[in-house]
Amino acid sequence: MRHSPRLRRALPAGAMLTAAALTLAACSGQASGDEAADGPVDLRMVMWSSNEAHHAIFDEIADAYVAEHPDEVSSVTFEPLTGSSYINALTTQIAGGDAPDLAWLGESDAAQFVRSGALYDLSPTLESTPDYDVDDLLDGALEVWSKDGDIYGYPFSNSPFGIYVNQDLLKKAGQPDPRDLIADGDWTWDRLMEVAAATAADDDAVAGFQTVVDPYTAWNNALGAMWMSWGAAPWSADGTQCTFDSPEMVEFFDWFHDQIFETGAVPGPGEEYDFASGQTGMMLAQLSSSASLGEDFAWDFVPLPAGPAGTVPVVGQGGVGVISQSDHPEIAADFLAYFTNKANSELLAQFFPPPRASLLTVDTLGAAAPALNEEQIQGTVIDQALEAVTKPGHIKMSELGDPVRADLDALWVPDGDAKTVLSQVCADIEPIIAGG
Amino acid sequence: MATATTPSPAAGRTSRRGRPGGSRPARIDAAFGMVFAAPAVLGVTAFGLIPFGYVIWYSLHDWNPLIGQFHWVGAANFQRLVTDPVVWGSLWTTLLFAGLLMVLNVTLALALAVLLDQRLAGTGAFRAVFFSPVVVSTVAWVLIWNYLVASNGGINGALAAIGIDGPNWLRDPAWALVTVVVIQVFKSVGMNMVLFLAALQTVPGELKEAARLDGARPGRVFRSITLPIITPTILLVVMITTIGAMDVFVPIQILTEGGPGRSTTVISYLLYRTAFEQQDFGYASAIGVLMFLVLFALAALQWGTRKKWVHDEV
Repeated sequence: MRHSPRLRRALPAGAMLTAAALTLAACSGQASGDEAADGPVDLRMVMWSSNEAHHAIFDEIADAYVAEHPDEVSSVTFEPLTGSSYINALTTQIAGGDAPDLAWLGESDAAQFVRSGALYDLSPTLESTPDYDVDDLLDGALEVWSKDGDIYGYPFSNSPFGIYVNQDLLKKAGQPDPRDLIADGDWTWDRLMEVAAATAADDDAVAGFQTVVDPYTAWNNALGAMWMSWGAAPWSADGTQCTFDSPEMVEFFDWFHDQIFETGAVPGPGEEYDFASGQTGMMLAQLSSSASLGEDFAWDFVPLPAGPAGTVPVVGQGGVGVISQSDHPEIAADFLAYFTNKANSELLAQFFPPPRASLLTVDTLGAAAPALNEEQIQGTVIDQALEAVTKPGHIKMSELGDPVRADLDALWVPDGDAKTVLSQVCADIEPIIAGG
Repeated sequence: MATATTPSPAAGRTSRRGRPGGSRPARIDAAFGMVFAAPAVLGVTAFGLIPFGYVIWYSLHDWNPLIGQFHWVGAANFQRLVTDPVVWGSLWTTLLFAGLLMVLNVTLALALAVLLDQRLAGTGAFRAVFFSPVVVSTVAWVLIWNYLVASNGGINGALAAIGIDGPNWLRDPAWALVTVVVIQVFKSVGMNMVLFLAALQTVPGELKEAARLDGARPGRVFRSITLPIITPTILLVVMITTIGAMDVFVPIQILTEGGPGRSTTVISYLLYRTAFEQQDFGYASAIGVLMFLVLFALAALQWGTRKKWVHDEV
């Protein structure tokens, strides 16, 4: 058979394209072959911690589960996806057809994962697990992890926000100890900022108050635990109406703006300070931040102060759920029930405050934060966790983050006007959240 | 019995025209060429052409991997793209970023190359100094600069020492983009400097000498002799710098996250946020197609106009 010259030139290129396509097809074929395999399966959970001690506890629980269920599960792998882009990395795995079986999620993302159907319904599994004792879970702890009465995630870490205090810096600035202010009934956000401003006043290398993450980019994680004390919320309870422009929210942002540009209590945008290095008077953070604090300076961990709407204890949560697109959701749900049962919750409590009332004791949590004393654990962690509300997210949280951040940037200048900026925020996000 | 062999007409034509595929050695050469080119062709196909085909396919769908949603929407993503002010704002920011970076980078690289082409003591050490950022991890480089350009960082500290109140480099919309450009220029100028240096060393010394004998001053020698001869390298540098600038991502992600406002939201960063934060992979793919078209147009423009300014191009 004789081919035209053009065809002869095209044939090698076509052969190469075909070879490349076949190579890719062969690669994907291997994956699908694994899915169809019978026998015990390998489970994989992604998590944002690479802490070796966390992994040791997780592995200990997983090894015990595998030993008890050799016919169902051959191994459980805990894969750390660290960094600020954790959710993006998780989404990439799902998009690439390589969804993990289980995932660790924060409370801000819970609503989106639960309500979009990305998580598998755990209720049947948890209800059929002997001694799981769902009634032991704190009121409200499962709120953001539930939909229509069914449970889609378990918040194994239920950690209250509090205020870390650098006692040395406050003392040096001649400021009162926050514990004295608490005793006097004078522990308010206004008073906190007065102390912070005075602490930072005479030293450019010292900041008065900071949040554990940057308020100018991570607005919800940084400020969400504060504006609740103003009775403010970014959107209505059902998530369908923007309330950034509500009087309470405007009042809160006006106040926070003043702390940056009027009193100097809060470092401005672009300024870098580190509480653990002794550069900041006070910091809003959770229990886990105590792990990075040594004995370089005297410090304390006290409950959140009161705002215009009173004192509102707030928890941030780390939960675990089964990804709907997992190859083995039923087996993964069974492992999750084992991973979070009462006995294993006590093991996890070495690092994560549990949402179980029976485990909220000084002895249990003392192991989680050995740097904290009994008064700090009881007053700032346990007492707060029992009454706390969970920092809310939104079903479209991932779509809201950037537009709100971009609009709020107009506020983070000396002449920024909260009312104008927050009206613009609502104008921009209402089309997104309309219809929830 | 002896037989006479008559060449076929086709073989005769092949031979007369000297076509490479006509003789056995030429066919062997062609086969070897194919073998050597195969890895590159396979790589470009597997990791370039096929994925780009998928991107076009995805851009015609509404795809949210979080919930396993993937359905055909035709040109809807492109219709949305045409009316999306955020996309066009990002495109303008990207062109501004690329233009600034290209001009600064090429000018500085050429100036450094000319300086370091002189036979002076210590030029080897300076070449190493200027090239060293190229081999530093981009993330490490950007993180260090993040501290330096903080409003209470090292640069403003140094400026304050001489009585200057420095700006908030990354938080002031008027400065943020320029700051990122400068950080990126310092990171990559060494590579272009080396390319220019290599080009400068190919300029025949006798041509410059002849010009000098004719009375040309150094500036005139550079403009009329050196610059025209290295224009092929300038074309190469302009093209790779422009393409690299249009793809910029890491400095934006680490330094500004696209802010303040959207003043540093370049198109590649918008694509990333749309896909991986908002899980809108179909729309992100449409942005990717737009990005490809813009890059293709810029590269075509540079390539198409080369005959007017590149030496020896006909």
